[in-house]
Amino acid sequence: MKFTLRIWRQKSREAPGKFVTYQVDGITPDMSFLEMLDVLNEELLARGEDPVAFEHDCREGICGSCGFLINGLAHGGRRGTTVCQLSMRFFKDGETLTLEPWRARAFPVVRDLIVDRSAFDRIIQAGGFISAPVGSAPDANAILVPKDIADTAFEAAACIGCGACVAACPNASAMLFTAAKLVHLNVLPQGQPQRYQRTLNMVAAMEAEGFGSCTNHGECAAVCPKEIPLEFIGRMNRDLRRAIFRRRFERWRDATQ
Amino acid sequence: MLDARIPSGPLEQKWEKCRFEMQLVSPANRRKYTIIVVGAGLAGASAAATLGQQGYRVHCFSYHDTPRRAHSIAAQGGINAAKNYRNDGDSVYRLFYDTIKGGDFRSREANVYRLAELSLNIIDQCVAQGVPFAREYGGLLDTRSFGGVQVQRTFYARGQTGQQLLLGAYQALQEQIAAGTVTMHTRTEMLDLVLIGGRVRGIITRDLLTGAIDAHVADAVVLATGGYSNVFYLSTNAKASNCTAIWRAYRRGALFANPCFTQIHPTCIPQSSEHQSKLTLMSESLRNDGRVWVPKKKGDTRPPNDIPEDERDYFLERRYPRFGNLVPRDLASRAAKEVCDEGRGVGPQGRGVYLDFADAIKRMGVEEVREKYGNIFDMYEKITGEDAYKVPMRIYPAPHYTMGGLWVDYHLMSNLPGLFVAGEANFSDHGANRLGASALMQGLADGYFILPATIPNYLATNSLEPVSVSHPAFSQAKAEVAERLQKLLKIRGRRSPDSFHRELGKLMWDKCGMTRSAQSLREALARLPELRQEFWENLALVGTGEELNQSLEKANRVSDFLELAELMCIDALHREESCGCHFRIESQTPDEEAKRDDERFCYVAAWEWKGPDRAPELHKEPLTFEYVHLTQRSYK
Amino acid sequence: MKTSRVSSANPLVMLWNSVIGKKIVMAVTGAVLVLFVIAHMLGNLKVYGGQQTMNAYARFLREMGWPILGHEEGLWAVRIILLVCVVLHVTAATQLTRLSWQARPQEYHEWKGLASTFASRTMRWGGVLLLVFIVFHILHMTFGVVGFSPGQFKHLAVYQNVVAGFSVWPVSLFYIVAMVALGLHLDHGIWSAIQTLGFNSGRNEHVLKLVSRAIAVIVVLGFISVPVSVMVGWVR
Ligand SMILES: Cc1cc2nc3c(=O)[nH]c(=O)nc-3n(C[C@H](O)[C@H](O)[C@H](O)COP(=O)(O)OP(=O)(O)OC[C@H]3O[C@@H](n4cnc5c(N)ncnc54)[C@H](O)[C@@H]3O)c2cc1C
Ligand code: HEM
Ligand code: FES
Repeated sequence: MKFTLRIWRQKSREAPGKFVTYQVDGITPDMSFLEMLDVLNEELLARGEDPVAFEHDCREGICGSCGFLINGLAHGGRRGTTVCQLSMRFFKDGETLTLEPWRARAFPVVRDLIVDRSAFDRIIQAGGFISAPVGSAPDANAILVPKDIADTAFEAAACIGCGACVAACPNASAMLFTAAKLVHLNVLPQGQPQRYQRTLNMVAAMEAEGFGSCTNHGECAAVCPKEIPLEFIGRMNRDLRRAIFRRRFERWRDATQ
Repeated sequence: MLDARIPSGPLEQKWEKCRFEMQLVSPANRRKYTIIVVGAGLAGASAAATLGQQGYRVHCFSYHDTPRRAHSIAAQGGINAAKNYRNDGDSVYRLFYDTIKGGDFRSREANVYRLAELSLNIIDQCVAQGVPFAREYGGLLDTRSFGGVQVQRTFYARGQTGQQLLLGAYQALQEQIAAGTVTMHTRTEMLDLVLIGGRVRGIITRDLLTGAIDAHVADAVVLATGGYSNVFYLSTNAKASNCTAIWRAYRRGALFANPCFTQIHPTCIPQSSEHQSKLTLMSESLRNDGRVWVPKKKGDTRPPNDIPEDERDYFLERRYPRFGNLVPRDLASRAAKEVCDEGRGVGPQGRGVYLDFADAIKRMGVEEVREKYGNIFDMYEKITGEDAYKVPMRIYPAPHYTMGGLWVDYHLMSNLPGLFVAGEANFSDHGANRLGASALMQGLADGYFILPATIPNYLATNSLEPVSVSHPAFSQAKAEVAERLQKLLKIRGRRSPDSFHRELGKLMWDKCGMTRSAQSLREALARLPELRQEFWENLALVGTGEELNQSLEKANRVSDFLELAELMCIDALHREESCGCHFRIESQTPDEEAKRDDERFCYVAAWEWKGPDRAPELHKEPLTFEYVHLTQRSYK
Repeated sequence: MKTSRVSSANPLVMLWNSVIGKKIVMAVTGAVLVLFVIAHMLGNLKVYGGQQTMNAYARFLREMGWPILGHEEGLWAVRIILLVCVVLHVTAATQLTRLSWQARPQEYHEWKGLASTFASRTMRWGGVLLLVFIVFHILHMTFGVVGFSPGQFKHLAVYQNVVAGFSVWPVSLFYIVAMVALGLHLDHGIWSAIQTLGFNSGRNEHVLKLVSRAIAVIVVLGFISVPVSVMVGWVR
């Protein structure tokens, strides 16, 4: 198989970027998308040109390192699939493929197809955890978790933090990422004590990072490689609403006692 | 003589006793100590978070852009704990026994017993953190059985247990970062270790974005940098997993133990093309319900479903009637290789065996199979384009885990004072073969429980003089690191780092892979120096060291693999016995099973670096078995 | 977990200061406006009852709440509430839109949608059109200062005004276009508001989207039927 690749090249955060066109040949259908880029990079190296920088590690869809837009679709747009899980048999021989990095103010380009997603870490730092210092845990079976709740928590916790949700969102909003972590922790019995404070803190951190405002298009859930449902954003909104008004109620109650 | 500092007294009381005898650091003094943790996988993140909770000043390093990307994220199957929630006869002692036996009697009793004990606390800790383990309808934790054991002690979160455990540790780490106790250095790669006055006092790093070489001072350094399976190029490990941290420590004097103990995992998707960049593991739990077979006839190219029952050879069930498809990984892998060597392998390159779910689907129905293994089947379909509900999967063994690693004592401290090693990077608990679902357990035992007890003891019992980055040892190490990188950049040859890595991998797989012989190892040892020389003369790189340069990173790691490979072959050659995953053709029982030689080899082989062109020196730590009787392992 | 990150004594201030909170304000004001347009549309259908019914309805609106409220007091209360809602809704929309634009300083060279709809993508410019329409509509049907020839518009003679107003085809056309925009706005907006308020908690997304669309279609058809009927001569 043969492909024409139009790839965004940008040396550093400050440097201007542009698309550069490359040809690759000798691709077989069972190669993965990243193996195709490996072939390109080997050729570039042989010619003394800069290889294309792209992030990847596990190459099996779990680490969340990889990700860019292929022809306008985050991760290539196949259901529940990351770039590294794409196989070349999904593409047409001779096709032109345009590769563009995630674009968002909160995700500055580091180089070529690599962006800085540390904003996600800072959202987690604001409250994406259950405070359970080592040594303090009760017996594991002392905490009963109904199966459906455990399943929901798992479904949310499956997020790999790849950033495709932000990338695909016309508003560059990070609601699905934040909601996934909040739902994971907020539905579990262990997560209840910090539930509302966590919600307020994580939402505030998300907003401080400069992500856009959600308009419920649903593009995020459509490209999410772990198929985190849009519904989780609704759950986050509800928890935020409750957090805001519950706090007032509590303050009023404290004041009147 | 190596002192493993194993506490005296009965097995069950050793850890208790050790903990009591260890010195403590008072809470007010803790923030005066700086601890460097290199690695933020399960072992590193859990150690950094816990030490942070205790109040130490922790600096944690990772070459990833965030700790959540560490290779631990990919573990699928589960984590063991001797909870005996099933009432199926499990106990701490049984987990201990299984692990010793599974490791083919090449691990320390004391360490393994402690691991089994701590397994109980790990599950408690993870549940408290909100790890969404699989549950029964009654709300209790679900468990399943996993390769090589007869009890159901494996806790799991669908096929993503490693991810969920890592996220638990990652979240705890993020909490400490927010609290200011841990400083995280992402996209920062450790490239050297610094010793001052015989103690490890810091590390040298490269900032992967700017190329800046920096020195960092500490009172103790932890390496939790994972395993080195990528020496084989094609493995189930993440692409970036490498040996650089432990190898550079080795070159600074840390002993490398049992480097040839590498595990080959039986259930991976076979290689399909020359350009293949990694192999994908499918959870071993598949063997709970899938049946492994090949055609009885050589070169049988009929589609699997057309091959009648009596022309199939269910070779694991045939050879190991008691354990069947659930025999330990080394046996399953080798058996698969043997049938393929006989010419009975299946698939395009004849390097594969069937893993068939037809019976399971008949027994449990498609729905239940989907519930249990759905995501693995989906993954298989994505990669191969085949529907495993209809045709049997094809599997083949692939390098997966390295039991070898830096030598550590009972305190997880290496022979270099102040250097601690945790997780897959150390050699500690798995002997010559690791049982399924016990790497996660070990990484977390090390990080949550052992290091947070033993590092304070080290700090409290040693008076550490203040040092600063202006110490000549730091500037010298920095200069050496920079020089090595410059040397790589200046070669301007014609072969890419990947092409060298690929060649190295193939060589190691052929000569020092699933089976080894004196001859194959000698061949490898003859070829390796040539390959290394060619690498240093003909490596192609572009760009500079002062920018994000992924090929430079790769080349630097390959340069270490090229050295490590030699040590692996030396170790494999010296160990003239078969044990666990180390299978020497010369040492087999009449029915072709691994034959140990306890007379001569019942020890840990710990190697010391003696300089670039000199043979390493072997130190032996004898292994004594007081509780478990040394027997020839049998799963028949 | 520190508690200091988000703090304000007043939850309404907190709401307005948070991006999601502002969305909640939009959803609540939007919902009020939705209820209004539904009521308004039903009211407009009175035109089919003839001149008497329609004009009686118009007088009723002015006496709403009587005798507790005085003449036109009820109507003014509603007007003020609606005005406040429109102001909040539009202010929030403008601010959030700017925020989202800032969040992606560099546009994609190529971007494809998988889940968004024409309706969801036109909320902003469709909203602007609605605002223009609202201003026009008030100047037209309420004050009679645009769209009528001098002296044609008669206060409280609603039926005659409607017939006269919609007999001018460009006015009717603009009205119809604006109502289609309203339909699109509601199609996405009603569902979106439910999601913003967090009531989309089950797996009922599909149903909610259908309900949203159904309401949108009914409202649009109801509104549009009036100018159409006037133009084809059913209502004269
Ligand atoms: C596909 C797969 C499935 C598995 N499934 C299971 C299972 O079901 N059960 C089980 O028990 N085990 C399983 N394992 C094994 C287990 O996942 C690993 O052994 C374990 O996760 C290793 O954890 P770690 O913390 O030691 O290292 P890693 O998770 O590999 O972490 C290494 C860390 O070190 C950092 N690092 C490395 N070198 C440097 C350097 N030079 N400078 C800075 N940072 C550095 C990395 O950035 C990373 O953060 C599986 C392994 C694989 C490959
Ligand atoms: C009859 C008048 C209007 C009604 C009934 C109405 C209704 C709604 C509703 C229910 C929503 C959903 C709120 C949410 O998701 O939280 C909404 C969103 C929105 N409205 Fe309006 N609105 C009206 C007028 C306007 C006007 C005049 C503007 C702008 C100038 C506007 C701009 C927007 C925008 C930008 C959104 C956000 C889009 C989104 O959330 O998807 N609307 N509207
Ligand atoms: S490389 Fe890990 S998810 Fe793609």
